Amino acid sequence: MKGYNFAYLDEQTKRMIRRGLLKAVAIPGHQVPFGSREMPLPYGWGTGGIQVTASILGANDVLKVIDQGADDTTNAVSIRRFFARTAGVATTTATAEATVIQTRHRIPEKQLREDQIIVYQVPQPEPLFRLESSRVETKRMHGLSDYGLMHVKLYEDISRFGQISISYDYPVMVNERYLMSPSPIPAFDNPKMDMMPALQLFGAGREKRIYAIPPWTRVKSLDFEDHPFRTINAPHPCGLCGATDSYLDEVVTDNHGGRLFVCSDTDHCAERRAAGHVGTDGFQEAAE
Amino acid sequence: MSNDLSPAFADPIADAQSCFRSVLDAMARPGHRHATSGVSAPAPLCDAAAAVLLTLADHETPLWLDPAAADASVWITFHTGAPAAPPAQAMFAMALSLPDLTHLSVGTDETPETSATVILQVASLTTGQRYVLEGPGLREPKVVAIDGLPPDFAAIWQRNHAQYPLGVDLILCAGNQLTALPRSVSIKDA
Repeated sequence: MKGYNFAYLDEQTKRMIRRGLLKAVAIPGHQVPFGSREMPLPYGWGTGGIQVTASILGANDVLKVIDQGADDTTNAVSIRRFFARTAGVATTTATAEATVIQTRHRIPEKQLREDQIIVYQVPQPEPLFRLESSRVETKRMHGLSDYGLMHVKLYEDISRFGQISISYDYPVMVNERYLMSPSPIPAFDNPKMDMMPALQLFGAGREKRIYAIPPWTRVKSLDFEDHPFRTINAPHPCGLCGATDSYLDEVVTDNHGGRLFVCSDTDHCAERRAAGHVGTDGFQEAAE
Repeated sequence: MSNDLSPAFADPIADAQSCFRSVLDAMARPGHRHATSGVSAPAPLCDAAAAVLLTLADHETPLWLDPAAADASVWITFHTGAPAAPPAQAMFAMALSLPDLTHLSVGTDETPETSATVILQVASLTTGQRYVLEGPGLREPKVVAIDGLPPDFAAIWQRNHAQYPLGVDLILCAGNQLTALPRSVSIKDA
């Protein structure tokens, strides 16, 4: 694009972010500070993820961007267009075709491969921020691997509600050393992070932090022996494709209590429907 | 000043990006080898070491240059602008033989990312002493052959690895090939 460097960021900024990424990969789960730049969209819209993507993207990459699993939401469409325009890279909605996947709040249902990189947009990289507001203190706690506070919070949940009441952004231990925020993905997606074949990069633009999980790294969701971590599966199949093992969105369809449960991963759902899988509400759609 | 300074990357943006992805993948999958391209290095540096310097070093990164590589100093300074620094203050150390890792910064408990990265030029990444690598990034232990490390390298590395999450990271270069050994990986003689 005329007037801009390849992938928008200047080379000096990319070098700074690249150095941060390498250190982040060498210390899995540790938050590396970086000089987050002003981007042409507001904080909270994925500026951290965009800066990470801009720093790794090459002309031969194929980019997929998802927002809550969907390829067709405003945030995903804008970011995909942004890179198609500033870097001229090919884009796709098919998980299997992408080399770089930028995501907000989901991990695709399809298992990622060794040759793929997933970039997470992170609003709040500090897993302890609700428990300890001082960044000076939380840095010290990470330095000492002192995560008792988080265990107490989980214990209090159990004593009060009978279960751990965190359904998204469920804290994980990375490589048995650092407590890490997985970004606000549903706890449903947490097991996918453990021993994932793909490299996972995290960018928080407003908070100016980068962190990473190399492939094949242990990522353990915090729990207790007598209260093991469990994912919550919706007790419905997808209305369109009939999938019973995917993460579902609840869509209100009318004013009379009508609702539809559909796969949050739109590519996964479309692929299943193309392969002939039909859910209970999918028939209606085809008949109309 | 020499007038025969060789050029940097032929295509600075694309070559730096491709070299970075190689280093990133090598750091994420310790021991995996990648080829670099786009630059012909000044003696005594190999092409991969020169490419890594062009990709990562700039005026913000104090660099310690092995005195044995002093002939490349003008080239490095001209193309990267990296200020010279003693080992303890260096973000990058460019070395032709393994420097004393205890002289380099390993970071602090709260800022382990401030540790030094050593760009080490070795004779070969395909032949020589065999090592077994284990750690994040590797599904199962990986055997690599490296020619040009000291005989007691496994013991030296163990002292570096034992400080995890502190420690020095290594980028190994030979010819146009590179690989990386992050501090998180443990190394044994095979």
